[in-house]
Amino acid sequence: MEDLIRRYGTGLTAVFCLLVAFWILVLVILPNFAMFEQSFRPYLPVVDIGGPKDVFTMGNYEKILANPVETSWFGIPITIPIHISTFVDTVFFSALVTLMTLILAYPLAYFLAKVANPRSIPTLLLLLFIPMWVSEALRAFAWYIILTFNGPLNALLKALGIIDQGVRWQNGVVTSYDAIVIVLTYCYVLFMLFPIYTAITSLDTNQIEAAEDLGSPWWRTHWRVVIPHAKPGIASGCVMVFMLSAGSLLVPTVVGSTKANWFPQTIYTWFNDALDWNTGAAYSMIFLLVCILFVIVMMRVFKVKLSDIAK
Amino acid sequence: MSAGIDLENVCCDFGTFRAVDNANVSIKPGEFFSFLGPSGCGKTTILRMVSGFIEPTQGAIKIGGKDMRGSRPNQRPTALIFQNLALFPLMPIWENISFGLEVRGVDKATRRKKAEDLLKLVDLPGAADKMVSQLSGGQKQRVAIARALAVEPSVMLLDEPLSALDLKLRQHMRAELRAIQKRTGVTFIYITHDQGEALAMSDRVGVMSQGRIQQIAAPRDIYDNPVNGFVASFVGENNIFEGDISPVADGMASLSGPHGNFRARILPDAQGKALKLYVRPEHTKLSKTAAAENSVEMEVTEVAFEGAFISVHGLASGGKRIQAEVKNDGVTQAPAVGEKVFATFDAARALLLPDANVRG
Repeated sequence: MEDLIRRYGTGLTAVFCLLVAFWILVLVILPNFAMFEQSFRPYLPVVDIGGPKDVFTMGNYEKILANPVETSWFGIPITIPIHISTFVDTVFFSALVTLMTLILAYPLAYFLAKVANPRSIPTLLLLLFIPMWVSEALRAFAWYIILTFNGPLNALLKALGIIDQGVRWQNGVVTSYDAIVIVLTYCYVLFMLFPIYTAITSLDTNQIEAAEDLGSPWWRTHWRVVIPHAKPGIASGCVMVFMLSAGSLLVPTVVGSTKANWFPQTIYTWFNDALDWNTGAAYSMIFLLVCILFVIVMMRVFKVKLSDIAK
Repeated sequence: MSAGIDLENVCCDFGTFRAVDNANVSIKPGEFFSFLGPSGCGKTTILRMVSGFIEPTQGAIKIGGKDMRGSRPNQRPTALIFQNLALFPLMPIWENISFGLEVRGVDKATRRKKAEDLLKLVDLPGAADKMVSQLSGGQKQRVAIARALAVEPSVMLLDEPLSALDLKLRQHMRAELRAIQKRTGVTFIYITHDQGEALAMSDRVGVMSQGRIQQIAAPRDIYDNPVNGFVASFVGENNIFEGDISPVADGMASLSGPHGNFRARILPDAQGKALKLYVRPEHTKLSKTAAAENSVEMEVTEVAFEGAFISVHGLASGGKRIQAEVKNDGVTQAPAVGEKVFATFDAARALLLPDANVRG
């Protein structure tokens, strides 16, 4: 603080602090707290708000356990509340998206950081960036067109003789979430790429050469030298992609099949269609907490510390 | 099991730049061989070619008689010690050392045992479970050596590994490296720009300049009988005189220039080239009177006490700088600044040499 005052003077320092405080308090803590508080109150007509019916209750949270349906996970039939089913699917397929982006981004990040000619890096990064200048909505619609029954993907595969009948990609080939997984992977792969790229760039190339010189095959060099070094980057990439995917409303709405429900859509329905903000808030709280828990558990499993991600 | 290394007409080009030009050298099994030269002379390129990170543009590199073309670094019987050591900071010391064994599928208990044995060999027992960041510079050095020795290489390649250490430690590690080399019998190829290091440790030294090997000889020979002016200047100080050469018999020639007539040794193949006279400061004596030959009058401009000797600098006619060393033996008197003295040298100690061997 004293350092800031010495460098920028009292006035500017006060502006910095007030802006940061405004951001954190007014834009982050207050809305979240308001949601938190609302989630414990029943959905009431305006006249009853503040009246005797406006009491604290867990009723909104209990709604997630209502409406059991029969569904199946990997062919195993199971009876489960419909919103829990959506919830589990969302977390599972978000994790899958995270894994897919990791598989795509790691080799590319390694290539950019250690293999590619340094002079070609700006061009390559630009090529990666240009698609991201288009809004996410447009990119999702572009994929909608690509994946549609009479779309270019089927046309291409037919022309190449790989398939002879069009595939209904949006209904799903493996699961009904195929299209969502593909498009989310495309949308968020760069959020995985850049932290890993930055992490690998900071690795001393001599260490890779030393491993090779000691007889290490390429995969062991990655397993023992490059990946441990890049772990903080991989971890922050995974957290970002997972949270973004799980929280995505737009992509599932545009490309999702009728059978694929994404939990943010459920929340959106409570807020927008049912106008029941209280239950929507309760669902949001559950979703936020469980996603954070999931991330913490995963960090434990892979032995990543919070301070690693902050790097 | 150590192996010899043969470089046969090895060239290495980076684009239009020729980093190594026609290198020929045969290094014997168990030899401590140094490549000595200024930065950018191509010595590191040679090392990287031997270890397999760069393929030579032309020529062959043979290790133990086997042509290494096309073998990756992980297929060669070499172990490289990097200038910055390149230890793995995320592994404890023992895993660093046994990484090469882990690669070869050795079980954990054996690896651990081997790592501890090697730590004893490099005089660092009990460091097995420390992390790299907990060690000092000299200790890291030893770990790097142990890591390279763990894979039982036929050839150890060392890329200026002592350059980051302070003087005292550097001198200690020189002796240590030499001792480890003798104990293990592994062929060492050592890269350095420090002539003291190369001369003190090596069996033979290859002096390099601008991609060319200038001379390959034992340290003593490099210093006493350099083949050209570059080698003479790179491994020590010289007083240099220019002039016209006229041959005299028995490997001697005379040089007459602005500072007088001198007599000095000439190498048989140096006849007819442009030559200069080189004589070392420690072979340059000072006296009040002129000697019969090889004598230059100078005015003393600086007397620097160096401990074991006193370095005397002077100016001869025409602003020619001359340097002499007076032994601090308690008998010999160093002249005072401003005094006029004669610098003389023995004809057998002076050499007539061409400039460096360069392309073109």
